[in-house]
This record gives sequence, C-alpha cells and structure tokens, in this order.
Amino acid sequence: MAGGLSYTAEQSTSLSTAEIYGQALVELAEQHPEVVALTADLAKSTKIGDFQKKFPDRFFNVGIAEQNMFGVAAGMAKAGLVPFLSTFSQFASFRSADQLHTDLCYQNVNAKVIATHSGTSFGQAGSTHHAICDLALTRSIPNLTVICPADGYETYNAVMAAYNTPGPFYIRINRGFDRVLYKDADYGFELGKAVEVHEGTDLTIIACGSCVFQALQAAEFLDNADGLKVRVLDMHTIKPIDRDAILKAVTETRRIITVEDHTVIGGLGSAVAEVVVESGKGCAFKKLGIQDEFAPIGLHEDIMSTLGIDSNGIIAAVREVMKADFEEDNDWDDEF
Amino acid sequence: MPLSKQEWLNLEKKANELRNLCLDTTYWAGSGHIGGGMSVMDIMTVCYHKYMHIKVEEPNWEDRDRFILSKGHAGIAYAPVLCDLGFNDKEMLKTFNLSGSKMGMHFDSNKVVGVDASTGSLGHGLSIGVGTALAARLLKKDYKTFVVLGDGELDEGSNWEAAMSAAHYKLTNLITFVDRNHNMIDGPTEEVMALEPLADKWEAFGFIVKKIDGNNIKELCEAIDFAYANETDKPVLILCDTVKGCGIDFIEGDFRWHYGAFDDAKYESGKKALEETYKKRVERVEKEAE
Repeated sequence: MAGGLSYTAEQSTSLSTAEIYGQALVELAEQHPEVVALTADLAKSTKIGDFQKKFPDRFFNVGIAEQNMFGVAAGMAKAGLVPFLSTFSQFASFRSADQLHTDLCYQNVNAKVIATHSGTSFGQAGSTHHAICDLALTRSIPNLTVICPADGYETYNAVMAAYNTPGPFYIRINRGFDRVLYKDADYGFELGKAVEVHEGTDLTIIACGSCVFQALQAAEFLDNADGLKVRVLDMHTIKPIDRDAILKAVTETRRIITVEDHTVIGGLGSAVAEVVVESGKGCAFKKLGIQDEFAPIGLHEDIMSTLGIDSNGIIAAVREVMKADFEEDNDWDDEF
Repeated sequence: MPLSKQEWLNLEKKANELRNLCLDTTYWAGSGHIGGGMSVMDIMTVCYHKYMHIKVEEPNWEDRDRFILSKGHAGIAYAPVLCDLGFNDKEMLKTFNLSGSKMGMHFDSNKVVGVDASTGSLGHGLSIGVGTALAARLLKKDYKTFVVLGDGELDEGSNWEAAMSAAHYKLTNLITFVDRNHNMIDGPTEEVMALEPLADKWEAFGFIVKKIDGNNIKELCEAIDFAYANETDKPVLILCDTVKGCGIDFIEGDFRWHYGAFDDAKYESGKKALEETYKKRVERVEKEAE
C-alpha cells in the first residue's frame, strides 16, 4: 500500500471522503512540522477535528471569513509554512475568488485548498451550498492544479501529491461517503494522468469525482446487456488535463462522453472538448452534467439521477451516442 | 530609540530624494499614482531607513522584517524605495509601466525583488500580514510585519475580517499603518463612503490606535517606537493623517491627483515644489529637534 495509508478497504466504506482527508492531513502534519491547517468555522464539517486536537498550535479557525483565510494562508506560505485550507467548495472558489486568484495563484504560493461539499453533494442544502461552477473558475486560474478525486483512496493520493508538489492546489471532494472505486491507494495514481478503470474500444466515458463510479457501473452493465466495450477514464486531474489519454480515446474509440457533477460549461467536459477540437480529429461527443441550470434540492444520489449523471443516465447517453455513425472514414456528411 | 537631530535630517534627506525619484518615475512613465505615492512616502522612508531589518544582498532572508504595501497602487513610490536600496537596478525606474517592464503599477512579488506580497487588488494586504505574523510566532522568528493600508481601501470588508483576526491572535509583531490621505479615485473618502470615526472603528476591532501626522517623520518614529514598546496583547494601528500629493503644493489634497500625468512644465514645477518642501522640512527639524 502506498504512502503509509493506515486504514483498510473496509474502513474506507465507514469513513467519509473528508474524514480520509482529515487522516491524511494528520499523517502529513506528523511528518512535516510546517504543515498547518486553516478553516472558516468548518473544522467539524471538513473533518479536520483530529488535526485540531493533535496540533492545536498549528490549527487556525479564522471564523466565517473566507477571504481573510486565503490571505492569511498566503502570508503563511510566503513565510515557509504549508497551509491546508478547508472549507466548502462554493466558498473556497467563489466567496474568496479574488484571494484565490491573487494571493495564492498569482503569488504562486505553496498552499493547498481542500474544497469539500463539492458539486451537488450537499444536496439538501440547496444551491447556496452546491458548488457547480467551481471547476470552471478554478481551472481558468494560472498556476493552480485542480483535482477532483473519485473516492477516498484517490483523495488520499491527491492530498499527498499536493504536499509533494510545490504550488497552489484546489482539491474538490464530496460531502459524506463516496462509493469506493479502488481497493487500496496503490493503483498507480499520478498527477495529470487519467486512470483507465475499465477497458473498451467502442466508446470512452471520461468522468471525475463521484461520476467515475457511476460510469464504471454503466460500463459493466453495457458490457453484459449490449455487448459494448466502454472505456472508462477517471480524469482526476482537471488541470493539467491528460491530453494523451483524451487523444488516445479519440483515435481508438471515436466516441467520448464526459460526466461531471458540475455545470457542463467550463468544467471537465469543456476541458476535454478543448483538447478534442484542437486535435483536429473528429469524434462523437456528449457532455453530461448540469445543463446550465441550478440543481434541485435533495439527496446527492437523487440529484445525480435527476441530472442524468448516474449510471442510468450514462447508459442512456452511451446508447444514444452509439447510434451515431462515426466510423473511421473521411466522409463527414453522415456524422453528427 | 529617540530620534536624534542628525538622524531626523538624514531621514528628511532620504524622503526628499525618494519623493524626487517618485516624481521622476511618474514623469518617465508619463503618468502614475503620484497622489497616494507622495502621501505614503514618509511612512516607507521611516520603515525602510530606520526600523526594518533586511538584507539587500539576500532579499529572501527568512528573518527579515516584512513590508506589505496593501495599497499596491503606490508602486510608483515603492519602486524608488526598492531601487534606491539596491534591490533592483535604478535604471528599472525608467521602464516603470512600460511594455515588457518587470515593474507595472502594482508589483508582482515574483518579479520585483524585495517585494513581500503582490498587491493591487485592495483589501488583501492585512490578511497576508496576519499570515506572516502568525508564521513568525509558529516558526519562533523575531521578525516584524509592517502593513500599509490606504484609507479608501478600508471600504473593502476583507480588511475588517483581517483586523478581527489580528486582534484575536494578539499579533503584537504586526504593525499596521493607515495612510489616511482623505481621498480616493472618485472624491474625498467622506463623500464617497464615510470612514469616520475611523480611530474608534479600529479600537472597537481590538487595536491600540496611535493617531499621528503621517507626513511628520518625528511623529512616525515615535509611533513606531510606541508599537515596539507595546507590552499589551493588542496590535498597534498607526493612523497616519497624511496629505495626498504631499510635497508638491499644486497637487496636494486634490483627489483628482490620485493618478495623474506630468508634462515638462509640470515636472519642472513639481521639482521646484519638492525643493521648497524640503527646505521647510529642514527648517522644522532645526526648530524642533531635541
């Protein structure tokens, strides 16, 4: 098992993703005295309570003041500390956007933002607490690495990678439990490299976050029910995006569907589309996500179902895209 | 450390040199934020030439005192300070604001040597200063953090978040200045968005407020000495009553000179005005020095 991760696969189903982040942070803090934690009155919600108990002098709750938290973290990083900032994704991106942009990214400081309750995972809290545009915002800021892990193990790997890579990071994780995708942390996580979690040559689903598990389920179902071989890529790193994996998918499968718990404008789907279009190679393409609207209120899984980003929605989209005649020829008239 | 007459004279001389360089830079650039540059110059002169521990040959020395110019648009005044100290080549002043220069209006701390924070977007500096001050405590360092805020920028709510945290964390290693020049881009502060009673506001946020004439070098030194000697657990805020455009009589106190251009004629008049100001200041030293 990589990186000294001390909990088991069984535990990973009993720990929420944020709790795994909390454990990873404690582990880092035990090894590295320069690691400090900041939050804006969300220590409990972002599961960094253990850190607070073990390292009270290195824990800073700045109150409900996200802008200040980002500035303080920038100052700390400038002085040699490695701050981890924990708050809800919506506030970590939009509420403190200028500080994220200027204090962290323009100054290119070594600070790590762990943005919890991302996408629609805080479903019942409504759109004030959904973060459906944060990838669009963060992805556009220079110097910022943006990661959307698929489960707890990947979150652990992302946090460790963030510590080991200088510069600002934005890691977007969910509230509560994520379906476990990996059996342990040792599956070859590499920053900026997609993980192929299901092989296939008929179509590629490129997903991130909680949508990866849904995509995997859809692929397995489609294999059994329709005999379709669907490739599933866990595109955990939104920026820098894995261009090679995308171009390989274009060439080898000619059909791509992206799935994200985020608006289809500016997030993973847009990032993939940019690579496809710039490649000059034709490809059937569909973006699943939130279609330029605010999401409904409800349980996360219900919202995902309503939005069509659960396995059923993905299966329907794959069947639709498979109807497109998109063979390897130069006749563009019969292609959509 | 009481200010000797010679030291006072030296600081006046330095402030005058830097004001002249600020005017030169504005002239070379064609225009600049000269109003707020001139108002803050005495604060910067005193910090850099009497109090701050820095190493020009080792700009990132980890024990250095930090200086955060939250009112980042005063880069036109900060540039002469940093170039005169030798952090950057003085020739760089002639490139200020020009295409391809490392020095734009608002400094990039990764490009301009000696700059501790990239500022320009207002209401950011005090938070960053709280961060460096907290880091000093955690890393057991003795350095101090000096933050200079503009008065107009105090409209930004983030300053008050930062103020609350500076007091909460009892940051006595943080010394905050407000360059109270009473003017902002669109007019006098009290007309655009009233700040008064400003001292009361800072006191209510947990600071000890020292209200001084911020264009009086002796008063500035006394206020910083007071902050150094502070044995309470409250941070000190030095509320500097200043004059926008200080030193150039025909732009003084006029909000329209927040940003302005100097042609040849104005430049010559400005140089003469600075000479007059310097004379008067030296006379004051002769009269008031102990």
